[in-house]
Amino acid sequence: MSNAHPIPFRAILRHVLLIAGAALMLAPFIWMISTASKPQTEIFSSELHLIPHQFALMENLREAFAKANLLRFLLNGIIVTVSIFVLQVMVALPAAYALAKLRFLGRETLFALVLFGILIPPQATAIPVFLLLHKIGLLDSYAALVLPFTISVFGIFLMRQFFKTVPDDLVDAARMDGISEFGIVWRVMLPAAIPAVTAFGIFSVVAHWNDYFWPLIVLNSEHLRTPPLAVAHFRNSEAGTSYGPLMAAAMVIIAPLVIAFLFAQRRFIEGITLTGIK
Amino acid sequence: MAQIELSAIRKSFDGTDVLKGIDFRIADGEFISLVGPSGCGKSTLLRIIAGLEPQNSGEVHIDGRPVDGIRPSARNLAMVFQSYALYPHLSAFDNIAVPLRMRRLSAIERLPLLGALLPGRRAKERHIRADIEGIAEQLDITPLLRRKPGQLSGGQRQRVAVGRAMVREPLAFLFDEPLSNLDAKLRVHMRAELAELHRRLKATFVYVTHDQAEAMTMSSRIAVMMGGELIQAGTPAEIYNEPGDIRVAEFIGSPKINVLPGRIRKDGGVDVLGTTLKLTCNAAAGDCRIAVRPERIELGTGPFSGTVVHLENLGAEAFVHLAVEGTGSRLIARLADVRHLPAMASSVAFGFASDAVRMFDPAGKRIELRVEQAERVREPAHV
Ligand SMILES: Nc1ncnc2c1ncn2[C@@H]1O[C@H](COP(=O)(O)OP(=O)(O)OP(=O)(O)O)[C@@H](O)[C@H]1O
Ligand SMILES: [Mg+2]
Repeated sequence: MSNAHPIPFRAILRHVLLIAGAALMLAPFIWMISTASKPQTEIFSSELHLIPHQFALMENLREAFAKANLLRFLLNGIIVTVSIFVLQVMVALPAAYALAKLRFLGRETLFALVLFGILIPPQATAIPVFLLLHKIGLLDSYAALVLPFTISVFGIFLMRQFFKTVPDDLVDAARMDGISEFGIVWRVMLPAAIPAVTAFGIFSVVAHWNDYFWPLIVLNSEHLRTPPLAVAHFRNSEAGTSYGPLMAAAMVIIAPLVIAFLFAQRRFIEGITLTGIK
Repeated sequence: MAQIELSAIRKSFDGTDVLKGIDFRIADGEFISLVGPSGCGKSTLLRIIAGLEPQNSGEVHIDGRPVDGIRPSARNLAMVFQSYALYPHLSAFDNIAVPLRMRRLSAIERLPLLGALLPGRRAKERHIRADIEGIAEQLDITPLLRRKPGQLSGGQRQRVAVGRAMVREPLAFLFDEPLSNLDAKLRVHMRAELAELHRRLKATFVYVTHDQAEAMTMSSRIAVMMGGELIQAGTPAEIYNEPGDIRVAEFIGSPKINVLPGRIRKDGGVDVLGTTLKLTCNAAAGDCRIAVRPERIELGTGPFSGTVVHLENLGAEAFVHLAVEGTGSRLIARLADVRHLPAMASSVAFGFASDAVRMFDPAGKRIELRVEQAERVREPAHV
């Protein structure tokens, strides 16, 4: 059989570039898995090899779980990210609904402020927020980890863009049926916006699960630590850094995200395309 | 069932007047069609009646009770939207159930999980189910109740939307171009169904459309709106035969009514295309426009002649487009008998009976005409 379509050069080039990009992105992860599987002696050996000669993943994991209360840290991560996400949705949905569907004086100005808010990096407000938390005595608590993130301007923007695409007639029909304005947000807009909420959820959860900066500055107590701090724990503890257990711990804290993403992948992509943010 | 009274309704958006003082009274049980060209404010008026849009001034009374400031749902009207506006995540059944649940269940009973545990909820849900099944039977959508709107055809969605409106037994139904998303055949079918529904429910229907065929076939009265004003209301026959304004005459009827430039003489006689009509009027001398429906143009005989410039044969009827000789005027004649069509580019004589003529002044207002009674007697005298 003759090949009727010879693979064009450009297609090859495209794929080579994409594969190179993917390899670059994946390299740290592969290195992490590789290191997590090596015994201490191999990690520090001068020769470079990916596949460990002696497979030590189980030992490293055991050590990681023994040295730090990893499960507690994972639980903290879940408590914090879920609370943040739920509160963000509770704030962003009504706000986005008002910005998209209600007519009131100053709506455009408010929306411009929301857009402006997206431009402000969280580090810029870190010190005032830190001082505020200190004044009300909330430092070193779950509240300190959650409260500063409950209002997500990005979430408001994303949901507002999505709500713009919901037909006005649907809102009017709900009003005719006797649903209150808040009722419309939860019973009509939220179900219609599930893909967008999922997409936003992934952004939010990933960002706060992986956040290292904020927990580091507001936390003291060990029992409140979130997963990224848990990994850091291996660096500072005792004499020298034990890279094997550290990488094993890193694997453990990344796993929930990867699993969650695999489950929500389709919704996530749907959400991204639906909101027009490509 | 309700009578709806609109008095001096005004509405403007960002400084442009969309409704310029609408006074209108809709009687109990009437089927009123609001027609008019796109952008004339029909939907806005309907939304003001519904309470979805506040008017700038004027009052809406339903059954003699002022409803201004009363929430849409509390006015007890139902609305069917052009896009059907069904809740996409709910089944047809649940869509129809929404207004009932909102009205009959308390806020706690409506809670997703907790509500189901409350004692009263079960009995109320049974009632709701019975009501919905009754409606579904009437609308012939029983097999569709479990489907989501996305799995229904346009006509089926339409029925579900009507069901959602019917189930709450509203005082009046408001329709905003409910058939315009359907194909032509289904539209004719749904037209008959809606008219039948109106006869059965004997409720007040306010029906917005820009399709005059819908208005002509279904309504007990038609209200014609133009540029934010309600310019004429009357039975379909009145609107068609006795338009009070040239815009009404031109808007209603397809193909459009023929309009020819005319002149009123000092003695009250009327000249059109160089011929004197056998009519008189009391208006002052000057320019005027005369209008004649295409079906009232008689080909073959008459004082005028024109060239055939276009033929449209629809099978059951045909439209002959004529360019009137010696003037720039064009007109259309409807031929009921398609077997004897004039040839293209041929010249044909045409005329029209005196009682077919409707005359309008330059501002578009109707001018009353008198058909000369002495026609027969005077004719020989001319010879
Ligand atoms: N929310 C609004 N904001 C600003 N202008 C509006 C708004 N709603 C309607 N208008 C304007 O009011 C005018 C009348 O609109 P309306 O929707 O009532 O027209 P309509 O007669 O229903 O037309 P159609 O047959 O196209 O539906 C239009 O010029 C429209 O642009
Ligand atoms: Mg409209």
